[in-house]
Amino acid sequence: MEFDFAEEQPKFLMLMYGLIAFVAVVGGLLLLLDVVPAWFARRREAQLIAASTGGGPLPRRRKPREGLFALFFLLPTLLLLSVGLVVPALRTVLLSFMDAGSDNWVGLRNYGWMFSEDSIVRVLLNTLIWVLLVPLVATTFGLLYAVMVDKARFESVAKSLIFLPMAISFVGASIIWKFVYAYRSEEQDQIGLLNQIVVSLGGEPRQWLLDSPLNTFLLIVIMVWIQAGFAMVVLSAAIKAIPADIVEAARLDGVSPWQMFWQITMPSIRPALIVVVVTLSIATLKVFDIVRTATNGNYDTSVIANEMYNQAFRYGENGQGSALAVFLFILVIPIVIYQIRNLRQQREG
Amino acid sequence: MTTATPTVGAGAQATGKPTSAAGRVRSRLNSRTATLVSIVIALLWTIPTFGLFVSSFRPEAEIKSTGWWTVFTDPQFTLENYQDVLFGASSSSGQLASYFINSLAITIPSVLFPLAFASLAAYALAWINFRGRDWLYIAIFAMQIVPLQMALVPLLKFFSTGVTVAGIQLLPAWNLVDEQKFAQVWFAHTCFALPFAVFLLHNFISQLPRDLMEAARVDGATHPKIFRTIVLPLITPALAAFGIFQFLWVWNDLLVALIFAGGGNETAPLTVRLAEMAGTRGNEWQRLTAGAFVSIVVPLVVFLSLQRFFVRGLLAGSVKG
Repeated sequence: MEFDFAEEQPKFLMLMYGLIAFVAVVGGLLLLLDVVPAWFARRREAQLIAASTGGGPLPRRRKPREGLFALFFLLPTLLLLSVGLVVPALRTVLLSFMDAGSDNWVGLRNYGWMFSEDSIVRVLLNTLIWVLLVPLVATTFGLLYAVMVDKARFESVAKSLIFLPMAISFVGASIIWKFVYAYRSEEQDQIGLLNQIVVSLGGEPRQWLLDSPLNTFLLIVIMVWIQAGFAMVVLSAAIKAIPADIVEAARLDGVSPWQMFWQITMPSIRPALIVVVVTLSIATLKVFDIVRTATNGNYDTSVIANEMYNQAFRYGENGQGSALAVFLFILVIPIVIYQIRNLRQQREG
Repeated sequence: MTTATPTVGAGAQATGKPTSAAGRVRSRLNSRTATLVSIVIALLWTIPTFGLFVSSFRPEAEIKSTGWWTVFTDPQFTLENYQDVLFGASSSSGQLASYFINSLAITIPSVLFPLAFASLAAYALAWINFRGRDWLYIAIFAMQIVPLQMALVPLLKFFSTGVTVAGIQLLPAWNLVDEQKFAQVWFAHTCFALPFAVFLLHNFISQLPRDLMEAARVDGATHPKIFRTIVLPLITPALAAFGIFQFLWVWNDLLVALIFAGGGNETAPLTVRLAEMAGTRGNEWQRLTAGAFVSIVVPLVVFLSLQRFFVRGLLAGSVKG
């Protein structure tokens, strides 16, 4: 069968329904908010006229119904957040204390399983490696690059090129790098860049993604490749925001570039630096697409988010999957607390 | 530090002009090296993408037998890979045209809904006085840290069996089939996007001048009127920033689509299909390279043409937070 455009029509129809629903909901809400207060205003006006002509008592001026407005403005958001996020999250916590089919309470068994099963301990360990390495390497690279490219020629082009991977999906990026890591046996020409480099240096080609623990590091390279651009852009903006007179004063004092970096640049961009590290840490904890696309979690490369998906949606182990999700949430909390404490210090200091 | 710097400064001044001239030459050289190194790194950064791009235009036999760098000595190009992967007849070819439409159908409403709902909510949280406003804002703000993994299992159950409390069916199951499943994905993406969207738009809306709002209030404008005629036009850059952000996020998402859209070509987006192809047909490089590029090209165009808005949004979202 050739590609048949007619077969795609139901999708466009569905998309149209979606857009109609959008217009109806948002337009309806705005209309409602416009019409109802106008009606009240007219009624009040009528009462005022009646009162002034009839000589009766003036109607008491009521407080404007701010609360009611707020309720309608917030209604869609609050409804969706409670149905789609708050209630499910609470349910996940409950499910994590239940068995695979969510029928019986099993206490802490799912959590015990997480730390006793060797393959899951491996998963936790991999996640630890990810979350230690990605923020560190990506931020360091981003910072160095931001400093180096600052006021260089072609700055914006160079920055765009580094930043570009941010637009590429994790799936796309994983395919790009799988191609870099591609393997052909020794007799053949290599098609993967990495093996070609190894071969031309006189080495033997390797199946990079099958080698544990090296493969985890090679997957981490993908994440760093994507996220370094984010770090670079945020830090570069922070560097440009350092007041020029401070830099100038330091320069007049004859400060060396090295001193300039550690004594002027670093303290000034510390808040941005913390934001970048925190954001990257959280993003890395949740990494899923890269592992799934590149190795599907095989060869000892799985991480928590990937294992959570497998348990809950492939093996039907709702209890164990939920426990992994809750554990992921618990891991995020200290990072966020650290950031909040930092923000508070900044505000006080 | 304070005691050391004056002496250094004095030393530099004492030696007078020659040093500063030499220093100027040196700093120009430095900046030239910096320029060179940063360009080289930027090019290195682009090589993997470039390799994929070049390969996607090479004939199948060539891709599978020689490296892409050989095109510089032996250029051979074809559009067949794209033809095959987009419109190919066999089920193994990819049929990405169909998935491309799915990606569009998923992404457009998933951007519009949170954009509208969050801007309404952000306005209320910033400019309408009501009790508990600050607490509500903090609560929504805090929801950003809940990993969406926390919501997946119950939300899927919500779609498939509805809500039952103590044996009473409160909400029915959605029972969606085929392309109707788009609605599930829109719903999920909208919910997951709201905390960040409210936070980002609140940042912008709350910084609008107070005088402007009060003047409008004094003139008798109601909140909906202020929202439509004053706030919306002023926050277009913020709307654009979030729109791009959400567009890239939804278009590139794998997890949510995998769970709520299913795997068939009626609903699954490009990312799901590509991840599947990478798993089952990992050596069909002629299809994978072309397919990956098909999925990359739309976000790339959006990104490059609207990068200014995106960066501004990114900075507002991460640095001010």
